[in-house]
Amino acid sequence: MKDFIIPDDRDMGTPAREGAPVTLTIDGFDVTVPEGTSVMRAAAEAGISVPRLCATDSVEAFGSCRLCVVEIEGRRGTPSSCTTPVAPGMVVNTGSSKVRKIRRGVMELYISDHPLDCLTCSANGDCELQDMAGAVGLRDVRYAAPEGGALDNHFEARNTSGDNHRYLPKDESNPYFTYDPSKCIVCSRCVRACEEVQGTFALTIEGRGFDSRVSAGNPFDDFLSSDCVSCGACVQACPTATLQEKSVVELGTPEHSVVTTCAYCGVGCSFKAEMQGDTLVRMVPWKNGKANRGHSCVKGRFAYGYAHHQDRILNPMIRDNITDPWREVSWDEALSFAATRLRGLQEKHGAKSIGVITSSRCTNEETYLVQKLTRAVFGNNNTDTCARVCHSPTGYGLGQTFGTSAGTQDFDSVEHTDVVIVIGANPTDGHPVFASRLKKRLRAGAKLIVIDPRRIDLVKSAHVEAAHHLPLRPGTNVAVVTALAHVIVTEKLYDEDFIRTRCDWEEFQAYAEFVSNPRHSPEMAEELTRVPAAELREAARLFATGGNGAIYYGLGVTEHSQGSTTVMGIANLAMLTGNVGRPGVGVNPLRGQNNVQGSCDMGSFPHELPGYRHVKLPEVRKIFEDAWGVSIDPEPGLRIPNMLDAAVDGTFKGLYCQGEDILQSDPDTKHVAAGLAAMECVIVHDLFLNETANYAHVFLPGSTFLEKDGTFTNAERRINRVRRVMAPRNGYADWEVTQLLANAMGANWTYTHPSQIMDEIAATTPSFAGVTYDLLDEKGSVQWPCNEDHPDGTPLMHVDGFMRGKGRFIVTEYVATDEKTGPRFPLLLTTGRVLSQYNVGAQTRRTANSVWHGEDVLEIHPHDAENRGLNEGDWVKLASRSGETSLRAHVTERVAPGVVYTTFHHPDTQANVVTTDFSDWATNCPEYKVTAVQVSASNGPSEWQEDYAAQAEQARRILPAAE
Amino acid sequence: MSPEKMVHMANQIATFFKSQPDEDQAERVAGHLRDFWEPRMRDQLKAYVAAGGEGLDDLVIEASERV
Ligand code: SF4
Ligand code: SF4
Ligand code: SF4
Ligand code: FES
Repeated sequence: MKDFIIPDDRDMGTPAREGAPVTLTIDGFDVTVPEGTSVMRAAAEAGISVPRLCATDSVEAFGSCRLCVVEIEGRRGTPSSCTTPVAPGMVVNTGSSKVRKIRRGVMELYISDHPLDCLTCSANGDCELQDMAGAVGLRDVRYAAPEGGALDNHFEARNTSGDNHRYLPKDESNPYFTYDPSKCIVCSRCVRACEEVQGTFALTIEGRGFDSRVSAGNPFDDFLSSDCVSCGACVQACPTATLQEKSVVELGTPEHSVVTTCAYCGVGCSFKAEMQGDTLVRMVPWKNGKANRGHSCVKGRFAYGYAHHQDRILNPMIRDNITDPWREVSWDEALSFAATRLRGLQEKHGAKSIGVITSSRCTNEETYLVQKLTRAVFGNNNTDTCARVCHSPTGYGLGQTFGTSAGTQDFDSVEHTDVVIVIGANPTDGHPVFASRLKKRLRAGAKLIVIDPRRIDLVKSAHVEAAHHLPLRPGTNVAVVTALAHVIVTEKLYDEDFIRTRCDWEEFQAYAEFVSNPRHSPEMAEELTRVPAAELREAARLFATGGNGAIYYGLGVTEHSQGSTTVMGIANLAMLTGNVGRPGVGVNPLRGQNNVQGSCDMGSFPHELPGYRHVKLPEVRKIFEDAWGVSIDPEPGLRIPNMLDAAVDGTFKGLYCQGEDILQSDPDTKHVAAGLAAMECVIVHDLFLNETANYAHVFLPGSTFLEKDGTFTNAERRINRVRRVMAPRNGYADWEVTQLLANAMGANWTYTHPSQIMDEIAATTPSFAGVTYDLLDEKGSVQWPCNEDHPDGTPLMHVDGFMRGKGRFIVTEYVATDEKTGPRFPLLLTTGRVLSQYNVGAQTRRTANSVWHGEDVLEIHPHDAENRGLNEGDWVKLASRSGETSLRAHVTERVAPGVVYTTFHHPDTQANVVTTDFSDWATNCPEYKVTAVQVSASNGPSEWQEDYAAQAEQARRILPAAE
Repeated sequence: MSPEKMVHMANQIATFFKSQPDEDQAERVAGHLRDFWEPRMRDQLKAYVAAGGEGLDDLVIEASERV
C-alpha cells in the first residue's frame, strides 16, 4: 500500500478537450493546451490554481460565481477563466490587483449568507468554500443587518423576529448522504453533475436570484422520493457541506486513501477508499479510473457496509450432517476435517467424485488457485464457475466467430459510436456507470436501438429516447437478429470491402444465401417475434448505414436455449456492417459480476486451462504439468448442472464452493437442493451463511475485497488492482484459505503474496505474459492481451485482423425453445435485476440499499392482471412446471401482455424455484430468461417457501463455542 | 442425469449442427460432445444408444459411435 503513489488527481476546473495545440502565456509562463481548453484549465496545467467555486472538471463550466475572473491583454473587462477558451498568443494575468479585489467582493457576498460554523461543520478541512475564502484573503464581512431587523439569509433557523421563512431543514431521507440547504451556495454543480455525469436529471434549481434553491424532483419530493438513483455524483461535485456523505458527518474527514476496484458489477469502477487508520470513511470514484472516469453507482460508492454486518461469519465451522447445528472450530480442525473427507470420498468413489466452483466475485488470483486445486490436487477437471450461468455462450459464440471470447472494445469506445444496439441488457440497472456514459453519448446525438421484451428505462427517460424499440417475445432473439441480417444482406447494405478482406468470403456467401431466404424476412419473423416488421427494417437500415455501430448485450442474450447462437448472430451483424476493429464499434458483452471476465480467463471452465486452451491439447497441458509437477487429466470435467446431475446419480460426492450461492442463483432450486443434499462433503467458503450453506458440512469464512490484495478483470478485459485497506476480519485472505486447503490435502504451495500467483499466471498464459503487479501500479490498469506484442495492453481487439485469422460467418437457424406456453402455463416469465441490489443480494441486502428494493416483485401487464383479478401490491402465486413461489404484484406496462418479470435478489422469494433445467445447447447456460408460468391470486407465502424457511432456520443453528 | 434430460441436450446439439453447411455433421456433433461432455455423460449416452437410443436424433446416434 505504501509503495503505491496516487497519481495526480487535482481538480483542473473544467473538462479536458481534444484538439490542435494552442500556446498562450499565463502569468509569464508559456502553456500549450488543446484547442477549446478553458483559460482556467490551461492555468491549472501550468500549476496555477485560479480561485473558483462553480467550476469543477467533472462538468462543463457554467460561469455563475465570477470568482475565477482574470485579465487578458487586449480584452476589455475581466472575463471568467472557466468559460473563456484559450486562443493562440493570448496573454493572461490571473492575479492582478483588479481581479483580486473583485474576488474578495464576490467572496464577501457569499459568506454574508453562510453560517460561520466551520469548526463544527462536517466539511471542515474538505470544503472548497473555506479554501476559497482563504485563497482570496477574505478578512471581514461588512454587511450588517438593518436596524431592528435581521440580515436576510438562508441559514438561521430562528432569529429574533421569529421563523426565518428562507430556512429549510436538512433532508436526511437518503440513507447515505444529507442535503443541508443552509450551506448551499447555489453553484449548481450538483444539478450539472446529475445531468451531465449521471444523466438522471433529478435535480433542478427552483426560483431565481436570492430565492434560488436546489430541489430534488417536484416540490413535494425529498431526495428519496425523487428520481435520484443515489449515484453520489452530486455529492462528489458539491464544494461545501451541503451534500455530504453521512459517514463523513459521523466519522470526520479521512486521512489517507488507497485506490482499489469495486467488487460489484462488470464495469469495474476504480475507487479511492478513503480511510482513517483501518476504518473506511468513504469510497470515492477515482477520476483516473479508466473504466469509470470518476463516476460510480450507488452500490460501489455506498454499499460497502456488509463487511461489518453482524451476520458475517468469522470462524470456521463444521458438522457431520446437515441436520446438525454448526460447531465453531479452529482453522486447523476445519481444514483437516475437509481434507480428510474429500480424500476419503476420492478413495471410495474415484478421483472424479469431487470438484469446485470458482467465483466471479473473487480475484483472478483466487480463481486461478481454485482451478489449480482441482487440476493439480484433486487430479480432475471438475471446475466450473458461475459464469456458466451467465456468459458461457459468449465464450463459445465469439470464440467460434472471432477466435476469442473477449469483448472487442474499451468503455471509452462509446464516446465514438453513432448507432448503438442494446440487446438483452438493461444497463441503467445492471451496468449503471456504462449506462451514464452511453446516455451522455446519446444526448450528444448518437442513435439507440433497444431489443428487449421490456420497455427498459433506456427506451425513454430524461433526454434520451430510443430510435427503435423492438419488444420481442422472450426466446426469439435468434429470429430477430437473423431478420436484421436479412434486411442488411437483401438490401445490400453490408460492407463488402470489410467482408472480403477480413472474413472468409465463401462462408459469407453460404451465410448470405441462408439469411436471404424469405423465411428470415422481418415480415415472416413477425409472427414468432411479435416485432413489427417495418420497425425492424428501419432499425436494420439505421444500424447498417448510421456510421459507427456498436452492439452491447447482456444476459438476455445468453441465458436461452439458443444463447450461443444469438451471440454468433450478433458477431455476424458486426462483421456484416464492418463494425469491428476501431473505436466506436464492436461487440460488447456486458458481464454481470465484477470478475466474470477474469474467472473465465483463469481456466475456471472444466474444458479449458487458463487462457482458453482446451485440456485435450497436450502442448498446453505440458506447460502446466511442468509448472505444477503433476499430470493433468485430458478429459473435460463436469459443468455445474452436470455436477448436480452426477450428485443425484451418486457419482459426485464432494464440492468446494468459493464465493457463490448456487442454491439461490442457479435455476430449478429443487434440483439444486437435491444435488447438494446428495453430496457428502460440501464446503462453502463465503462471507455469510448463504443459502447453499444450508447444505454444507464445512464453512470457511471469507474475506471482503477490502481485506485482500488481488486483481479483477472487468468487461473490457481491464485488469484492475484490488488493494487491501484493512486486515481480514476472518483472519485470512481468500487465496490463503484455498492454499491452506490445498496444503491440508498434501499440496505444498508456498505463495506469500498474490503477486506471486499473478507471476505464475503470466508465466503460463500468453495473453497475460506481460502482466505484473509493478506494471499495474505503474499504469493503473491494463487490458489483456498484454505481452511482448502489446506491452501496454490492448484496448481494441481485432484491429488488423481477427484473432482466428478470418472472421467466420455462422448460420443461425432459429429453433423455438421447448419451454412453451400452453393452457396450464400461459405466460412467459423473464428475470433480471435492479440497480440497488446485486445478484443474490448477499451483500447489498445487508446494506441500506434495501430501502430501494426491499423485496422481489412480479411485474405484470395491466391486461394480464385484470384477467386474473389482480391489483397492485397483491400477493400472487407464480407457478411453473418446476415449482411455485409467491410474491407481490406490480402492475405495469413496462412488460408486454403475456410476459411477466421478476428479480432474484431475495432468498425468501426464490424466483429460481420456478425456473427450469432447460439450457443453452452448446454450454448448458441455463435458460433463465424464458419460463412458462401461470400467475394467480394467493394469500401469502407458498407451502414450499414456508418449508424452506423452516429448513433454513434449522440449518443455520450454531452451537455456542465450547470454552 | 435423467435420460429425458440427456436426450434433450444431445438433440439440441444435433439440431444446431444440422443447420450448418458442414460436410460431416456427425463429426461436428461428436467433436462437440468430446470437447464438452465429461466422460460419465458420454458413457451414459453410449449406453443409452446401445439400449435402443429412444428419442435420440439420428445424428446423435451416428455421432455417439465416435465419442
Ligand atoms: S445522487 Fe446521483 S442521481 Fe441522485 S441527485 Fe445526486 S447526481 Fe442525481
Ligand atoms: S448543493 Fe452543493 S453543489 Fe449543489 S448548488 Fe448547493 S453548494 Fe452547489
Ligand atoms: S456496481 Fe458497477 S457501476 Fe456500480 S460502482 Fe461498482 S463497478 Fe461501478
Ligand atoms: S468558477 Fe468560473 S464563474 Fe465560477
